[in-house]
Amino acid sequence: MNKYNIFEKILIYFGVFVFLTFMLLPFVEMFYASLRPLDHLFRSPYQFYSDDLSFWAYKEMWKTVPMLGRYIFNSFFLASCVAIITLLFVIPAAYSYARFNFPAKNLSLYLFLAVNMFSGAVLLIPLYKVLRTLGLLNSYQAMIVPGVAFLIPTAIWLLKSYFEKIPIELEEAAFMDGASRIQILRHIITPLSAPGLAVVGIYAFIGAYAQQFLFAISFNHVKEYMPIPAGLYEFIGYQSIKWNEMMAASLIGITPVLLVFLFLQKYIVEGLTAGAVKN
Amino acid sequence: MIFKNKLNTYNSSIFLAYALIAPAAIYILCIVAWPLVETIRLSFTNSSLAGEEYVGFENYERMLESKKFHKIVFRTFLWMFFSVSLKLIIGLIGAVLLNANVFGKSAFRVLVMPPWVVPIAIGMLGWLWLYNGYFGIIAGIGMKTGILDGPYGFLAYKTSAFISTVIADVWVGTPMVTVFFLAAMQGVPKDLYEAAYCDGASKWSRFYKITLPSITPVIVTMALLSAIWTFNSFEIIWILTEGGPRGATTTLIIDTYKQALGNYKFGRGAARAVVVMILLTLFAGFYLSLLIKINKKVANE
Repeated sequence: MNKYNIFEKILIYFGVFVFLTFMLLPFVEMFYASLRPLDHLFRSPYQFYSDDLSFWAYKEMWKTVPMLGRYIFNSFFLASCVAIITLLFVIPAAYSYARFNFPAKNLSLYLFLAVNMFSGAVLLIPLYKVLRTLGLLNSYQAMIVPGVAFLIPTAIWLLKSYFEKIPIELEEAAFMDGASRIQILRHIITPLSAPGLAVVGIYAFIGAYAQQFLFAISFNHVKEYMPIPAGLYEFIGYQSIKWNEMMAASLIGITPVLLVFLFLQKYIVEGLTAGAVKN
Repeated sequence: MIFKNKLNTYNSSIFLAYALIAPAAIYILCIVAWPLVETIRLSFTNSSLAGEEYVGFENYERMLESKKFHKIVFRTFLWMFFSVSLKLIIGLIGAVLLNANVFGKSAFRVLVMPPWVVPIAIGMLGWLWLYNGYFGIIAGIGMKTGILDGPYGFLAYKTSAFISTVIADVWVGTPMVTVFFLAAMQGVPKDLYEAAYCDGASKWSRFYKITLPSITPVIVTMALLSAIWTFNSFEIIWILTEGGPRGATTTLIIDTYKQALGNYKFGRGAARAVVVMILLTLFAGFYLSLLIKINKKVANE
């Protein structure tokens, strides 16, 4: 029944082609622009074709954006810190939601998820004041502290459903043998759920990598701490943008997350959609 | 007897349950909940870098009287309407295409995701280049095909800037919508299709009578979630146009940001943020009541 005739097949492939062109054209064009010499990009009338493609921009960009290496490091460092701190907060909370029954359980879970409704942009003013009072403006923490808060809710949700899949009998046996709840969490649940932790950690990493713009431009003005999206954004204001190098630098900046995602996409997509589909 | 007691303590350690949640809860209270309350308080002051004084409803009065603000609210909803509808329509078509059992489908399913994975800010740098009036590929195609007479800065004119930001937002939001629709379609029990097939139902009527009704809950959910995300969308507009030209792409979020951190008028910014919160709470309430209704309906059936 799932056989298609030739006409339907052509229609499907054509549709997929149009759809994916929309999704991928920006990346293709970014890559193409990064290979073309600057004077070819700025030719009038417009030309699609360059005969002089090279990876020259990928060498030059380190000079044009002198701190590029630092920005890339910052992005990695920030995203890793955020992911690890998020996990530390989320593991006990998710375990509690997966295994205990207590008053206001659903209510508090909904309240956590309600955080997802707000973007950082709404809370910028008081956050700015909080960070100023704590003396955290213009530091790595200025981006890490709010970043963690906005990833905790979904991470709890994802990890909770993973914990629920671990057979409760294992824990009961350990409990009978005199292990405490905390010991169970540390020595049984955490190791058993390593794949789940990895997925949630990677979700947090990608999320943290993606959110590095707003908090960075609002709470940090020190170049040394800038993550790559905010660092590159600064160059947009300049009179003449070296677009080929900008695009090269952008692509280098997104390669890490793309690679992480490509290897683990199956788990991430399954994890995220599982809840929605069941409901 | 001892055995039973132990199981009881095992199941009822309410204190421990709360203790395990406490760190995350306290963190959220400090970084999200308290700032929300503080925003409400600030909205009644003229807070700036210089200090603050209580001013009552002055910020709200000024805001609600200003014609500019009315326009911004209207524009925000217009922007949302176009963006969300396009995301849902393209996402649904995309999911149907990716659900088709053809060669290469697993590769296609991975290739939708990059716009969602990549940091929005960097994706927008790419779009900034695409929209470039002289050298961008869109203007280039326009000029080569004669649709455009000459260079055209898509982000420099009011209407085209508005449309351009909507398209970029749709680009960012569509992958998520597609993936959720696709997952929902794959969750539809296969025997339903087989039964319909045996009854001689065409592909279209199978889609219309089985697929669509089965995934309606997910469509409703995604409509509201993407409404919330679109409403909150900041980086896309900020990087492409900073709310310009002449305010043509200034949505509520952009306006809030400009007032607060552009002019350091915390009080006025806070009043706008409160309006945003109220609208978001309405969306969420609507979302939850719909979710409860759908769940009840499913349970009844």
